[in-house]
Amino acid sequence: MTSGQGTLWKRYALVTPLCVTTILTVLVSLALILALSFQTVDVVKLFTSLTTDAYVENLGRPLFWRLLGRSIVIALAVTAVTLLLAYPAAYFISFKAGRMKNALLIVVSAPFFTSYLLRIFGWKIILGYNGILNALLVDSHIIAEPLQTLVYRPSTVVVALAHAYLAFAILPIYVALDRIDRSLIEAASDLGARPHNNFLRITLPLSMPGVISAALLIFVPTVGDYITPTLIGGPDGSMVANLIQSAFGKANDWPAGSAMSVATIMAVALPLVAIYGLHHQLKERRLTKSGEAAAA
Amino acid sequence: MTPTLRKIGREWLWGYTAFFAVLLYLPSACIMLFSFNSGIHIKFPLDSFTFDWYRALAANDSLLEAAGNSFRVGFVAASAATVIGVLGGFALVRYRLRGGKAITGLSIMPLLIPSIILGISLLVLLRVIGVGNSLIAITIGHVIFCTPLSVSIMISRFVDLDRTLEEAALDLGAREVGTFLQITLPLSASAIASAFILCFLTSFDEFVIAFFLAGTKSTLPLYIWGQLRFPQKLPEILALGSCVLVGSLILVMLGEVLRMKRATPQ
Repeated sequence: MTSGQGTLWKRYALVTPLCVTTILTVLVSLALILALSFQTVDVVKLFTSLTTDAYVENLGRPLFWRLLGRSIVIALAVTAVTLLLAYPAAYFISFKAGRMKNALLIVVSAPFFTSYLLRIFGWKIILGYNGILNALLVDSHIIAEPLQTLVYRPSTVVVALAHAYLAFAILPIYVALDRIDRSLIEAASDLGARPHNNFLRITLPLSMPGVISAALLIFVPTVGDYITPTLIGGPDGSMVANLIQSAFGKANDWPAGSAMSVATIMAVALPLVAIYGLHHQLKERRLTKSGEAAAA
Repeated sequence: MTPTLRKIGREWLWGYTAFFAVLLYLPSACIMLFSFNSGIHIKFPLDSFTFDWYRALAANDSLLEAAGNSFRVGFVAASAATVIGVLGGFALVRYRLRGGKAITGLSIMPLLIPSIILGISLLVLLRVIGVGNSLIAITIGHVIFCTPLSVSIMISRFVDLDRTLEEAALDLGAREVGTFLQITLPLSASAIASAFILCFLTSFDEFVIAFFLAGTKSTLPLYIWGQLRFPQKLPEILALGSCVLVGSLILVMLGEVLRMKRATPQ
């Protein structure tokens, strides 16, 4: 299609709504949070002066760092567990499922779009004091009394969150695996490579982009998850989102909530963006290298 | 690897994937199981089978109102997100816009921020521009939350779409707008329907953003959240949950089938 100057602005007009909703609104609202974090609770003085009080008061508390640290540890555990459990299933669907491929993919990814709240709550029914697991264990005389300790613990949060993101993690991994040129693996086999070498040196490295984007899309939302720690975390399972929520809710201290949000974003997002950028750079360098090798 | 070993490996993966699929549906299945239990407490053995909790749903006015609100918010948010996704995705794929790659990458930004932070920052933004907490505020929040999904579905469809059909129409003298409306859109109809369905479900399920932006009227997830505190309400919530889970499962499967349908002319 020709691109005359007259039609150029029309083409940009088509992407404008997209840029406004997904990029501009998010940037502006994050900037507002940043601005608000330097304000005081006093509404009369709002946006008349700058103060770092909200940071000093909230980030000076060990509680904030304890919950942020716990959120990051829980999110890392969830990411690792989810990737390890999802990878073999994604591998099977892409390489071995044959004609069942699409049907299986739909079956395993569908739960992601069904109520998150209810799926998390389902774990309370399974693991609760009067839950299904305790009932089964007592009925089969494995234990005499129901266990108190199944629910309301950080490990319960990890189980429920990992489960919630399994259906989602499978998609990016599957897409990356499915893109792998099968002739590479055949060529390696023809040249005498063993299956596990094929997997470790061809399939796994080539599927890493999918694994990394899955990791990002699991880690970021789980660090800030609110539903799961609130429903089944108990006092030892509280996460940073609970602090942010109470600042905006009960305490009605928006600058405090903003300061904690800014600190959370900084602590979480910046390292992630750096890793993602580094990964891209490495990939491009590898591509240019192999291109040079091919040219030579 | 010997053929027998390979066979074991293959069967191990089969078994694992089957187990994986069962595990995914386990909590939902438990909710459905206990929704038919006549007792109020979750315990074994089950009491008798009953439809009472489902009957109670139909008589619960505040629930029906919340469900109606969710349907309205979901319909409007999904429509807006789909239109934005179709237009933006088309322009990003077909025209080599300067900055197009950056826009494609940044358009998933709402998914790279924990939704609690997205929720509070939208709360502040909407206050600043004078939109109070309301269903309208929730709808705006959901458009922002759903658009990354619709645009990614539309981008992959437009990439797959055979360009020669559009070029043929242009060569034969069709205008760009006409080509878009009469060739591109009909060929992408299944992807558009899929984007709408998946955005609708995303909005229908969304809790955290709605939690911060809700005024006096609540959506269904907010209603459920409020009821979870009352143990005696539990069976009714389980019945409601079962309806929501089954309904959204049917819709999502339809949406996924449409998404996978290849873009070929009839």
